[in-house]
Amino acid sequence: MIPVTPELMILGAVASLAAAAAVGVVAFNNAVRSALCLVLNFFVLAFVYFTLNAEMLGIMQIIVYTGAIMVLFLFVIMLLNLGAPQLLRDKDDPKVFAGISLGVALFALLGSQLLPSFLKVTTPNAPKDFGAPANLGRALFTNYVIPFEAVSVLLLVGVVGSILLAKRKI
Amino acid sequence: MNGVPLAAYLALGLFMFTTGVVGVIIRRNPIVIFMCVELMLNAVNLTFLAFARYQFASPVAISAENGDITGQAVMGGQAMVVFVMAVAAAEVAVGLGIIMAIFRLRKEIDIDDMNLLKG
Repeated sequence: MIPVTPELMILGAVASLAAAAAVGVVAFNNAVRSALCLVLNFFVLAFVYFTLNAEMLGIMQIIVYTGAIMVLFLFVIMLLNLGAPQLLRDKDDPKVFAGISLGVALFALLGSQLLPSFLKVTTPNAPKDFGAPANLGRALFTNYVIPFEAVSVLLLVGVVGSILLAKRKI
Repeated sequence: MNGVPLAAYLALGLFMFTTGVVGVIIRRNPIVIFMCVELMLNAVNLTFLAFARYQFASPVAISAENGDITGQAVMGGQAMVVFVMAVAAAEVAVGLGIIMAIFRLRKEIDIDDMNLLKG
């Protein structure tokens, strides 16, 4: 049995909040509520990243996901006026039962096969400052510079593509 | 954090991933389906970071020789997370543009009614 350390209790509290928010994304019928649950989930996930000593990525998670991506989502929801829960749900949809049972089966299968092997791994071996901005930046600009530039081209294509799609007349 | 098993992080990631899968299957609003895809991407990010931090394959703690750890494989997981975030941002921008275009065309957004490609 794993000893319940204070760190584990803190992580448990944060993780259960994240898990509850994740369920809220799926369960709420109103798209705005789903989006706000997703904001909460991403925000709490940033703190989970902090517990992994990945400070830079936690900050990036808050800025990029909760700051930029979710604002885009909420903007589109408001623009399309999807806030009102319009009848996008009929009660006896067989997909709901099938989807939930598939999800439970997937969780049980992967969890029972994978998780017990990692219960004994309790000491992080990476150095404490592996998530510092300086280290991450140096890695991105030396070993990973080609994927980094490829991603910048991808973002440029994304900008052009979204303008093309959103414009009524070219 | 010491004293936390790697399985705790992996369990959270697995739960978020399965929630996203279930959401993609059962929801009918394309924007919510998109959010569930984001949920899955974040679950994968969390898994990458957990493995990158624990480095369970190396028997002893990796020490920073002369203060530079960037040349080692330790940074691989974090670099991957950065790229996943950038790809997710591009994907959301283009995907929401597509949803806007479809909505402008059809005035309704039930994903089950979009079956133009059905053979």
